Amino acid sequence: MKIMIALSKGRIFEQTIPLLKKMGITCNEDPEISRKLILDTNQKNIKLIIVRATDVPTYVEYGAADIGITGKDILDEYMGEGLYQPIDLNIGRCKMMVAAKKGFDYEAAIKKGTRLKVATKYVKAAKEHFAKKGMHIDLIKLYGSMELAPLVGLADVIVDLLSTGKTLKANNLIAVEDICDISSRLIINQASLKLKREFLQPILTQFEKALKA
Amino acid sequence: MNQWILPDYVEDILPDEAVYLESLRRSILDLYHSNGYLYVVPPMLEYIESLNSNGQDMDLDTFKVVDQLSGRLMGVRADITPQVARIDAHLIHNEEVTRLSYAGSVLRTKPASFLQSREPFQIGAELYGYKGIEADIEIQMLLVETLKIIGIQNAVFDFNHLDIFMTLIQSSGINREKLNDLYEAMQKKDKSEVISITKPFNKKNREALIQLVSLYGDEKILKEAEKILPQDKLIKNALQFLNQMNKVLKQSNIKISYDLSDIRGYQYHNGLVFSVYADKCYSPIALGGRYDNIGASFGRNRPATGFTMDLKNIVTLFPNSKKAKGILAPQGNKDGLDVAIKNLRQKGEIVVVDLFGNMKTIQNNCDRILIKDIGKAWKVKTV
Repeated sequence: MKIMIALSKGRIFEQTIPLLKKMGITCNEDPEISRKLILDTNQKNIKLIIVRATDVPTYVEYGAADIGITGKDILDEYMGEGLYQPIDLNIGRCKMMVAAKKGFDYEAAIKKGTRLKVATKYVKAAKEHFAKKGMHIDLIKLYGSMELAPLVGLADVIVDLLSTGKTLKANNLIAVEDICDISSRLIINQASLKLKREFLQPILTQFEKALKA
Repeated sequence: MNQWILPDYVEDILPDEAVYLESLRRSILDLYHSNGYLYVVPPMLEYIESLNSNGQDMDLDTFKVVDQLSGRLMGVRADITPQVARIDAHLIHNEEVTRLSYAGSVLRTKPASFLQSREPFQIGAELYGYKGIEADIEIQMLLVETLKIIGIQNAVFDFNHLDIFMTLIQSSGINREKLNDLYEAMQKKDKSEVISITKPFNKKNREALIQLVSLYGDEKILKEAEKILPQDKLIKNALQFLNQMNKVLKQSNIKISYDLSDIRGYQYHNGLVFSVYADKCYSPIALGGRYDNIGASFGRNRPATGFTMDLKNIVTLFPNSKKAKGILAPQGNKDGLDVAIKNLRQKGEIVVVDLFGNMKTIQNNCDRILIKDIGKAWKVKTV
């Protein structure tokens, strides 16, 4: 029985490979160099597929991959259902937060009931966060370089991930509020877990062991 | 605008699939009929209150219109089961067991997933008025027979008993919103989220809820659950029920698994619930279980259990491999042609009359022709 694991290039791939190695699964190809999208491992029945981070849940929900590894930020935005996310892999850790231009009085704006302009890639998370605070907002969906939005007057604040804070600092922004902690999750197709449990369960257990090791 | 374009997640069913869907519908309803399940045809739309009597969980899935006659809000049914429960509770005054079956389209405002229709074709059977495990087993067996008709092999029946989860949250005083978060976390088996949501719970129940997330697998997990979960009477009974079910179903060669955190439909269901998975499917192909409390809102509380499946989804996932082809016959009624055609049709053959006279079999969905042989009798010839 074949097991497909969906990963995205970059940070998640780099941090997952050592985990897999601890489990005795090695992959000798580097997707950056080989440009291949399906990678073999030393175990015949386990293959890795390389997809865009935001597409990982889609591949797993439709069973094109059995297992996937992706950030909680992406899972929270994903509209589909039918995914299990049993294991917090504790890799790719960062924070989702609200950031504003230095000098913008966020607290005062909230108190006044200002209708904030919020630029973000994480539309669902932003909506939920401000709804919980009881605030109306205007959402501006962007696909990248969110830090620019407050600087050019496109938005009052941004909702974005913060890992080192370097980009914020370089652009004269500061984090004004934490929304939640983000880390990578192991996700698994519901039907796969029911139908291929004998093959998948040992992999899940190994992942959990590798995390503790 | 392209006038031929259909809305998203709304589609025609073309002959290949439509013919198959209809033949499955007939065979399955015949099966239910022979098991004593009486066929009912509830309306396409009802007042919203009766559709939502089982809670609000289908409300956002329901298309709504205002009734021009009464000014009241009506909904197009998103699920037939509550309608059938209404029929049992309010119209059929039977104190004995009532068995009902149904088949028909429902509408959903949103598709269940990106590959599914907003107009599923539901077919199912429901059994009312009997609380014992025999009713649950009868329903399981009927579903097994249904899968045989469709030709689905190696299906996995995945069971849970909702009393376990409900007992664990009972004393927690959890509010509706938080309960919904917990429900979602449970459905995703998101252990870390369950850990954070259950912080205010008492230690015993919290531990148990966290453990519940990992309690899935074969019958071994029932033993494990007995050890791990609190020694509560309701939980014990629920596990005993699952064990009993296990014994019976094992004899009939069904693949069984358990998932104590699959609390799908907890607002509506109680007791034993199940989902059926099959190869090539990314979501369950059949869902069912107990919903003993629904009849109450229609004036009569009756034990109830049943299952439902989406035939449209089934014909897409498991296309028919044998497609019936016809016999192409010339026009007219010379030399007893009309009698020959009639005889063939009576035998169950498809006979198509060739209006153009070009004898193009493939274009007419035929693989044989009807011709006169030397003795002037009409013969079927394979081409």
